[in-house]
Amino acid sequence: MPLSPMDTAAAKTPVGMAKRIRGLSDRTIAWIFVAPTIFLLLAVNIFPLIWTIRLSFTNFRVNRPNKDVDWVGLSNYKRILSDPDVWNTMQATAHFLIWTIALQVLIGFALAFLINKKFRGNDMWTTIIVFPMMLSPAVVGNFWTFLYQPQIGLFNYVVAFFTGADPASFSMIGDVHLAPWAIVIADTWMWTPFVMLICLAGLRSIPDSIYEAAECDRASKWRQFWTLTIPMALPFLMLAVLFRGIENFKMFDLVVQLTGGGPGNTTTLTSIDLKREAFEKWRTGYSSAYAVILFVTVFGLASIYVKALNKVKER
Amino acid sequence: MKKNLFTRGATGAIVASVIATTAAVEAHATDLTLCWAAWDPANSLIELSKDFELQSGHTMSFEFVPWTSFADRMLNELNSSGQLCDLMIGDSQWIGGGAENGHYVKLNDFFDANGITMDDFLPATVTGYSEWPKNTPNYYALPAFADVVGWTYRKDWFERPELQTEFMDTYGRKLDVPASLEELKDIAEFFQGRDIDGTTVYGAAIYTERGSEGVTMGVTNALYNYGFQYENPDKPYDLEGFVNSEGAVAGLELYKELYDIGTPPGSSNWYMSENIDAYRSGQVALQMNFAFIWPGVEADETVGGGNTGYFPNPAGPAGQFAQLGGQGISVVSYSDKQDAALEYIKWFAQPEVQQQWWNLGGAPALRAVVEADDFAASQPYAQAFLDSMAIVKDFWAEPAYADLLIATQERMHNYVIAGEGTAKEALDGLVRDWTEVFEDEGKL
Repeated sequence: MPLSPMDTAAAKTPVGMAKRIRGLSDRTIAWIFVAPTIFLLLAVNIFPLIWTIRLSFTNFRVNRPNKDVDWVGLSNYKRILSDPDVWNTMQATAHFLIWTIALQVLIGFALAFLINKKFRGNDMWTTIIVFPMMLSPAVVGNFWTFLYQPQIGLFNYVVAFFTGADPASFSMIGDVHLAPWAIVIADTWMWTPFVMLICLAGLRSIPDSIYEAAECDRASKWRQFWTLTIPMALPFLMLAVLFRGIENFKMFDLVVQLTGGGPGNTTTLTSIDLKREAFEKWRTGYSSAYAVILFVTVFGLASIYVKALNKVKER
Repeated sequence: MKKNLFTRGATGAIVASVIATTAAVEAHATDLTLCWAAWDPANSLIELSKDFELQSGHTMSFEFVPWTSFADRMLNELNSSGQLCDLMIGDSQWIGGGAENGHYVKLNDFFDANGITMDDFLPATVTGYSEWPKNTPNYYALPAFADVVGWTYRKDWFERPELQTEFMDTYGRKLDVPASLEELKDIAEFFQGRDIDGTTVYGAAIYTERGSEGVTMGVTNALYNYGFQYENPDKPYDLEGFVNSEGAVAGLELYKELYDIGTPPGSSNWYMSENIDAYRSGQVALQMNFAFIWPGVEADETVGGGNTGYFPNPAGPAGQFAQLGGQGISVVSYSDKQDAALEYIKWFAQPEVQQQWWNLGGAPALRAVVEADDFAASQPYAQAFLDSMAIVKDFWAEPAYADLLIATQERMHNYVIAGEGTAKEALDGLVRDWTEVFEDEGKL
């Protein structure tokens, strides 16, 4: 009877080593395998997190190595939470988050619904639609600045074509009322395909037999959509919202390239503000507290959301 | 046989001496890294430094970073005691932090030992780029690149008879280099939206950038000339009534008005490169920019060769000043190649090297070069450069300059570009922000 690969490997193990391993429990062997990963996780994630929390209670500034570091208690947290500028950036971030997610889910789901239908050139259209998310956000930010240019920008000309307005009469990234929408549009253009792909996976996971059964019961297409498609694709939709929510909460590169946070502070999102505090003003203690607040916010919201997501999945 | 022995001996001696010389050179030769911004003058410096490599046997490497991320990248390097840079051509505002935080080597002893005196350099550049504290003989850099905000204008457009006539009819004076900022605003308004040779052109490209230092470097040119002062001259860090004086408010209002009525649509986040592009592509009649761009403008096929004129920042009711740019060259204290780095500075300070620096498109601050009889006529922009360098003022160079700059960027952009609040509110807010910074610093 031929030996299995495991038996072959066991036979080749030196006797001394085999005896030593034989003495180890399964639990110990499991720890030996897991230990390097845990060590890496501790070094790269947990230690910096604990260090950041510690720094957040000090007035440490990384650009003043000669200055004494004082323990300031909750002072950094109080300053941040009572600073109207910080709340303005929170508002700008909330506006960006809500609108990008709403538009991306709406358009992404509609595209997925269309692409899910069998038609000629289906694959080609999928590839074309997915193209924007393959680009670097910095590149996208850069070329949207050109698209938004009042004198040469395609966007202004398209708007002008439909409205009859002079293309040079409005500036998407220079106007306080339009700039928040300029970043929403650019991000939606870039990331709707991602939402579409997740929704497509959801739609394709629904067995045809369910629709066939619904057809037998003479359910209309409209009823099938609301009672079958939406509930069954809902976990996927919620997953897309979670991914985009987390990503857009820390949005930085695209917006910096597009508006630099302006005009004024109109498009200064929390990540941009945090970067300014940490690496331009070099207020390390203060920015650590800021980072902790953002971390707790995202972590808390995401935890609540994941619980809701699991409940939806269980239904 | 004897001859053979002699030949062998001679050959051996030559080989040995060659090996010894090579070894000596190799032991002495150092690879120096110079850090600076990625812009046209940096290319000229590479060219210039070839002479240093030939003379010293050292090799030069360069680390150039675009202006918009230059401060982030390089201050990060210095703050982390990085050894990437042996020589740093850092921004003038870094000198306080460079000195107080121990990033730069103090050069007084080196200057004394090598006969380099700061009296040989333009006083404004010594104060701006080398001294900390200001106006004290403590030097942390050698003036390397003299720069200042000035203006370029389309001379060929200004000279058109039909435009001359129309301007005279509208404003009652000749269309010419503006004598004041008010006149400059009129000219920008005159050209705004005008059709020239079938193309719509605009008035002026001015600094409006939000992310780094752009709008501050622009707006100060109006503030200074209307009476803005950084602090009470008799009481340091006393800001109230100096930063937000009536004159300063008027200066800020003028800059906003200029932005509103005389700049291209969509120019809400423009700095050096955007202004160059707008000017070279024939979009604007006037361009605010640092003088470093002038050699490039002069060499441009469309706008150069006599089509462009240059003038210093025009006066206001409180005088004529211009925002200082430029940098000094420092030895980084974390470098383990400080001797070779100092050799570079010694070489760079020589008058013939400084002259060559000018010839290659650099901007020396050595008086022997810029005050020479033939300097003003050496380039079409040389006189404007000299006139501008004589009227400079600089932003804070305190160790906390970044906090002061970010607050200024925010306040100025909010008012000028976003149109939020009034000029008085913006400057009052700036007083509060700056006061908070100085309190944090323990200076108030």
